[in-house]
Amino acid sequence: MPKKKTVVSFKLNGQSVDVLVEPRELLIHTLREKCAHTGPHIGCETTHCGACTVDMNGTSVKSCTVLTVQAAEAELLTIEGMAQGGELHALQEGFMQEHGLQCGFCTPGMITRAFRLLKENPNPTDEEIRFGMAGNLCRCTGYQNIVKSVQYAARKLRGETVTTSHPLLEEVSTGTR
Amino acid sequence: MIPREFEYYAPTSVDDALALLGTYGSEAKLLAGGHSLLPMMKLRFADPAHLIDLNRIDSLRGIRLSGNEIRIGAMTCENDLLWSPVLKEHCPLLVEAAGLISDPQVRYRGTLGGDISHGDPGNDHPAIMLCLGASFVLKSKTGERVVPADGFFLGVYATALEPDEILTEIRIPVPATGTGWCYAKLKRKTGDFATAAAAVLIRMSGNTVTDASITLTNLGPIALKAHDAEQFLRGRTLDDEAVDEVARKAMAICEPVEDLRGSVEYKIAMAGEMTRRALRTAAARVRH
Amino acid sequence: MNAQTTIDRLTKLEGIGCARKRREDPRFIQGKGNYVDDVKMPGMCVGVMVRSPYAHARVKRIDSSAALKLPGVIAVITAEELKPFKLHWMPTLAGDVQAVLADGKVSFQNQEVAFVIAEDRYLAADAAERVEVEYEELPAVVDPFKALEQGAPVVREDLAGKNVGAHGARRHHNHIFTWQIGDRDKTARAFDAADVTVKQDMLYPRVHPCPLETCGCVASFDKVKGDLTVYITSQAPHVVRTVVGLLSSIPESQIRIISPDIGGGFGNKVGVYPGYVCAIAASIVLGRPVKWIESRAENLTTTAFARDYWMTGELAATQDGIIKALRVNVTADHGAFDACADPTKWPAGMFHVCTGSYNIPNAFVSVDGVYTNKFPGGVSYRCSFRVTEAVYLIERMIDVLAQKLNIDKAEIRLRNFVRKEQFPYTTPLGLEYDSGDYETALRKALSAMDYKGLRAEQAIRRADPNAEWLMGIGVATFTEIVGAGPSKMCDILGVGMFDSCEIRVHPDGSAIARMGTMTQGQGHQTTYAQIIASEAGIPASVIQVEEGDTSTAPYGLGTYGSRSTPVAGAAVARASRKIREKARRIAAHLLEVSPDDLEFDLDRFTVKGSPGQEKTLKEIAWAAYNNVPQGMEMGLEAVDYYDPPNFTFPFGAYICVLDINRYTGESKVRRFYALDDCGTRINPMIIEGQIHGGLTEGLAVAMGQELPYDEQGNVLGGTLMDYFLPTALETPVWETDFTVTPSPHHPIGAKGVAESPHVGSVPCFTAAVVDAFAHLGITHINMPHNAYRLWQQSHALGLDRH
Repeated sequence: MPKKKTVVSFKLNGQSVDVLVEPRELLIHTLREKCAHTGPHIGCETTHCGACTVDMNGTSVKSCTVLTVQAAEAELLTIEGMAQGGELHALQEGFMQEHGLQCGFCTPGMITRAFRLLKENPNPTDEEIRFGMAGNLCRCTGYQNIVKSVQYAARKLRGETVTTSHPLLEEVSTGTR
Repeated sequence: MIPREFEYYAPTSVDDALALLGTYGSEAKLLAGGHSLLPMMKLRFADPAHLIDLNRIDSLRGIRLSGNEIRIGAMTCENDLLWSPVLKEHCPLLVEAAGLISDPQVRYRGTLGGDISHGDPGNDHPAIMLCLGASFVLKSKTGERVVPADGFFLGVYATALEPDEILTEIRIPVPATGTGWCYAKLKRKTGDFATAAAAVLIRMSGNTVTDASITLTNLGPIALKAHDAEQFLRGRTLDDEAVDEVARKAMAICEPVEDLRGSVEYKIAMAGEMTRRALRTAAARVRH
Repeated sequence: MNAQTTIDRLTKLEGIGCARKRREDPRFIQGKGNYVDDVKMPGMCVGVMVRSPYAHARVKRIDSSAALKLPGVIAVITAEELKPFKLHWMPTLAGDVQAVLADGKVSFQNQEVAFVIAEDRYLAADAAERVEVEYEELPAVVDPFKALEQGAPVVREDLAGKNVGAHGARRHHNHIFTWQIGDRDKTARAFDAADVTVKQDMLYPRVHPCPLETCGCVASFDKVKGDLTVYITSQAPHVVRTVVGLLSSIPESQIRIISPDIGGGFGNKVGVYPGYVCAIAASIVLGRPVKWIESRAENLTTTAFARDYWMTGELAATQDGIIKALRVNVTADHGAFDACADPTKWPAGMFHVCTGSYNIPNAFVSVDGVYTNKFPGGVSYRCSFRVTEAVYLIERMIDVLAQKLNIDKAEIRLRNFVRKEQFPYTTPLGLEYDSGDYETALRKALSAMDYKGLRAEQAIRRADPNAEWLMGIGVATFTEIVGAGPSKMCDILGVGMFDSCEIRVHPDGSAIARMGTMTQGQGHQTTYAQIIASEAGIPASVIQVEEGDTSTAPYGLGTYGSRSTPVAGAAVARASRKIREKARRIAAHLLEVSPDDLEFDLDRFTVKGSPGQEKTLKEIAWAAYNNVPQGMEMGLEAVDYYDPPNFTFPFGAYICVLDINRYTGESKVRRFYALDDCGTRINPMIIEGQIHGGLTEGLAVAMGQELPYDEQGNVLGGTLMDYFLPTALETPVWETDFTVTPSPHHPIGAKGVAESPHVGSVPCFTAAVVDAFAHLGITHINMPHNAYRLWQQSHALGLDRH
């Protein structure tokens, strides 16, 4: 059967993009292979893990379960677009200060989802963060520091002062010599 | 991971969608949220030659109060249900149910209409709709009909929706003020279908039940309405014995299938437990 | 030198003990990691496996013609195409062989049958569907006990007549090995003489580590140069290079294995999988890069599984609960090919650590390995080489004994602990524990949790017949064995399990360091630099740490079993000290004093008794390239290969409080307290993160994970729909604590930690679950403790309502 490809245009992290795709092409593959945005990752094929999460038209979606043709004229935001003007987003800073990642594979999806979560609810409780991030699996962190990372970012975005809960020299003796 | 090839259409009106359905007939499938259909296509368990995407039809979205009815566009997504002030005030049962479905990302795509019309006994909304006494607006090229939820669900992947029809709107009579509500869903983990779930709406006068609606999810080929249990409860004092009997009557209508979630015996027992939990919680939420 | 200056210098140095923020993070938080599926090479094509739907069948015919007709399909490889290269079978890391592509027969469901290569993954998927395979189904055996019966289906026809395997005599066509350790007779006599004996059967079911990134590779053979480059998800790139060299006859000097960023390993990414071999073979033949990335279902149902140990434990003790002997029998289900990646001398890994934290004078262990029609593996999932099974066994047995004698479960442990003064302590199974202080750890945990208060609450709960929630308290006091290992005991394919580090300091005082290990999230780029900072005085922020590229990294055995800190970490410390000592002599030369007159002070050498007379490492580094003492070579670098004298033995005390709903089987972890002792703590922030992650894996294993098989050999629950991976919502809040008991034989006293929380938490959860029913006579419940199974227990006791 001859394949009918169409041009699909969307905005990716603020830049206009045109891609040529078959109807069955998944958005995650378009982003990773045609747009060279390998931030979002593939961790399963049953729409469970959330490693492929991107922000589409102001909603968090699993891009493995969106057809690229469905993203025509969309505004897409991925992890690559989080930092603005050379400055890391509060979430990126939070994940680093609170040790919210280890192998890093779930991290782009986590941060992209947390971005939308904090827009839905700028002042979430820990429980609300867990509920709101339940579509993103992590095998390394046990989620505890991810919750702290999101809280760090929430505080920063609300204009409050933020500091790491892991002071550098906490376990180091600093006695005089 | 990769679906087979298909043709794709994104109509911008219901009439255009109906026309496409007419053209491609049984080779076509409607694409709503896509989070039931696309995963099946990726595993190649389904391979429609034509996919008609309803996501560009804005008229199919929205939640509004219309007199004593809540009207929800079929393409309204779960997330919109979850955050809706109208539903929070007038139909919190639907909000509770939406929050127990899947996960945040899936809720941004999954739709009320899709969940209802897929015919999967594991889906939650059919039991909710049955409990609420909702009705569905089904549109075809020749016109429109409104069918009650009770009778719409026929079997596994089988509903009263004809191949040439599109579910466009869900109409829910607003539960009377003070109605208690609860959707109790037992599941193994986030994103799982119910091992057993019960939806309850209840009206009381003091400690006497004046009306009750009790439905069950994933305990048979379709969502089940526990008529006997409801009948038993009406006019009765809600005490421990009554709760026990309601649970027994609800369990009596269940025909679950054994799977990794549990044996038939377990699922039936859990039907009883979820009925109790939903009933007690709903009763506690009654506002006199 | 005032305190503030010291603080400033320590802050700048970021040495051992600092909660240094991670050097890895900047790229991951910006989506700039480089994982194998991110790798793109010019001319790259994609390979996909065709797999058997049957657990046991003859392959009568493979017809690739329809697949090859599709445009963009380059080749379809079967065992026939691999035969001329002798690649259709490959050696495993357990002394067995495994079919790369089915050679006339398949022995487990989803076994590899053909490899389809196409221009892109969409075309490859379409082509794979069109490969026609004709099977003749055979009866399958999925029960290891049935597999050892007379007349059981023959899983391995290729081993017909071979009654000696890699680990000794084989007594049945499905028998792999019998491994025994300890004094059988002395142990038997201790049992005969004992006041009390207890016996318990238990299954540690088959589970899978399921890292978020699946396995894969990009193999690229350059036909012009004759060089092979493979990007691969491997925790042990040098081992892969050696294996690939053996298989392909390409010299190791022309093979470059690169493990880039890895999205979680957990032991899943140690072995060599057929997909890798096919991609490499295809690339050699085609002269193009070939990418193979498996799906999640393939990962869960064909790559290294974990556990599947059927164990029977016995303890002999006095009336006061003092243990006199331990006896263990294990039937180990290895699946269809023995790919259980253990050190060659120990086919049951370090299972013989099963005397645990206890002073048990006599022990005997016997393990039988068995072939069944299931996928291969056995050692994976943070198990430290079967230590998960060993610790589970002993921790369960201690509780069984406690319940039999009606002695409190914490008290009986205190009575039996190896005492601090007894270290180094040699167990009756031949292991020498380096150091430990089990009593301090347990008492600290008991106090922090108000254990007495919990038991009092539990007593009240138990006395209330209407209580809806059963309350269980689990105690686990484990001793881990990590840091494989001393080469006289531990080798993989004959290569001793040492590890290595090389450090080169640049003229500006910054440095590059490479090791033979391979991080998959453990934070080596951050923590190794901290060791170097403390030992050589160079700020961690200017130390570039690299691993994973076999063309540049010194040979090492990789990262698994928490071996990086104990083995490579020691090499890092020793290499750093070599740097420091050369730096001392250069400093002495610059300051015109004797090296003995110098003191090493954080980041500089100072002349004793002469404040102000000093040289920083930065100044010394510059001098190393232009002003060194007579007779000394220029440069400032060092290499160390470390063959550890012993394993290290981290330990911990975990307490879990769990409530179980008697009507539904639902359970809630109310509190989980994990106290870990890993000796010297390099980065407390990273340790805490590892603990959280390991506890969460333990929760998953204990409370929900399983990969059951039906009678036909179909694996059930092999997708994320069923396989229990907890989300943030299912995961409780973890409480962590620590003590520090350094390892006396490790250069910086560090022991390794990341596998401990998995090893120790699984028995702790089970202990809590069983404890919830213990007052009703229940001594053990097999995992997983999902709601259904807990309800079944409750129902059997008549505690539910229906």
